[in-house]
Amino acid sequence: MRRRKNSCSLGSQETESAERSETHGVTRPSFLTNVATAGIAATATPLLRAAPHTIELPPAPVVSNPAGTVPVELKINGQIHQLQIESRVTLLDALRENLGLFGTKKGCDHGQCGACTVHVNGRRINSCLTFAVMHQQDEITTIEGLAKDGQLHPMQAAFLEHDGFQCGYCTSGQIMSAVALLKEPCEANDNGIRECMSGNICRCGAYENIVAAVRSVRSRA
Amino acid sequence: MDTFQYTKPATVNDATTSATASGAKFVAGGTTLIDLMKLNVERPTALVDINILPLDRIEPQAEGGLKIGAMVRNSDLAHDSRVQQMYPVLSEALLSGASPQLRNMATTGGNLLQRTRCYYFRDTNYACNKREPGSGCPAIDGFNRIHAILGTSEHCIATHPSDMAVAMMALGATVHLNGSAGERSVPITEFYLLPGNSPDRENVVRKGEIITHVTLPALPSSAKSHYLKRRDRASYEFALASAAVIVDLNGNKIRKAQIALGGVGTRPWRSPEAEQELAGRDVSERTFRKAAEAALHGAKTYRNNGFKVELAKRTLVRALQTVTASA
Repeated sequence: MRRRKNSCSLGSQETESAERSETHGVTRPSFLTNVATAGIAATATPLLRAAPHTIELPPAPVVSNPAGTVPVELKINGQIHQLQIESRVTLLDALRENLGLFGTKKGCDHGQCGACTVHVNGRRINSCLTFAVMHQQDEITTIEGLAKDGQLHPMQAAFLEHDGFQCGYCTSGQIMSAVALLKEPCEANDNGIRECMSGNICRCGAYENIVAAVRSVRSRA
Repeated sequence: MDTFQYTKPATVNDATTSATASGAKFVAGGTTLIDLMKLNVERPTALVDINILPLDRIEPQAEGGLKIGAMVRNSDLAHDSRVQQMYPVLSEALLSGASPQLRNMATTGGNLLQRTRCYYFRDTNYACNKREPGSGCPAIDGFNRIHAILGTSEHCIATHPSDMAVAMMALGATVHLNGSAGERSVPITEFYLLPGNSPDRENVVRKGEIITHVTLPALPSSAKSHYLKRRDRASYEFALASAAVIVDLNGNKIRKAQIALGGVGTRPWRSPEAEQELAGRDVSERTFRKAAEAALHGAKTYRNNGFKVELAKRTLVRALQTVTASA
């Protein structure tokens, strides 16, 4: 068993590459879990020899009313989800922790990196700086909702074609920004692309290829 | 982050009533407040979500100028054709701030109220007179490269981070408030308070009061405006120094100038000193330099931010050169 792969998310790249390192008998998610376990148990078990163990998807949300929670209805990628969560749960955490939509990434969690970019009512926002409860009645689109009928969105295809990433962690946010940019007032040259993509940081520095990917889609529009 | 009660009123009256409760705060775009809640710098016990209040319109005023609803998003304001035509300085200031995602969230009212980026304010491991009055100011003798050189006190040297507010300061905006005591209007030049002995009080907004809208006066059709921002990277960064300039030229002579500086003051910094130096003078680099000297005359620097004096002067000179060249 491994963590569910987000079928249309280039952002799942890092999960796949972690999964390839089977020679160590450990995946990245299991490594993180074991670190946590080791931290609690303070055992001397070498981390890299720990039994393979993966994080399970969160169970389907059960609508109940534990103290301090509120019912929240979210429409994500055209699908309605009923949640019972605390009002302090950010949209980002609701997507990842409550709905298992791991394509949206948590980078800085403070609006400084853009990894968590999603579309709300057709506009890109940082999902880390808003509470899920604030988005009832909104149309939310995540990276998982870009592909249609098994066909990648042209921007997803362009990121593949132009190798617009290295580790892939920022990629879903980059793509969500790039898709939004197509409909925004943005100068029609590379400087415009750089400025309009400046809210998405890539620590690998794949910017040249990201700009090339965005340019190629714009030129076809 | 602490838990909080959440409400989403549909009218301004309901919103201001809800916000009079102890520990209550309004949330609009959330880009400052939620960030600071995660750091435990802001700890509201109730959030009043004002996102469905009918305050999201940009309307021309009968006497000229524009009325901007408090919930107008920064991106919508920046790209509004009337703003671009009447107030380039405001559009440029908005587009120089934050990122497209944040500008889609951030609102006009929220931007006016955004909190400082002072590292010590944002880190609860440190004392901070703004966060905990009387606890001290580690920035004064600490790492203070981004801190203010104008309007500081022995209790606080935190910089006001907004670009939009600097443009509005130069434009002579009026901020309109509504609360339990009724409606009132405050010129933006009187809206922000200097830190003095009480840096925790940053503006004149009272408990439960909401910003409903901002009005901008009409400029003479011959006036030109511009915003120039200097920072550590080309985009998505706060100002180390910025200048909002509005100049009305008659030939080569400056009829009137309105000048504000950002990134250097404890509040968005209007400079009547620079304006006096410019009024009635001919356009020349020497005049601009004298205005810049006047604007920074009272600057007080700290260990790491001495460079801001010359940077701010050059920023203002360059902004004036640009705006007069396009006239």
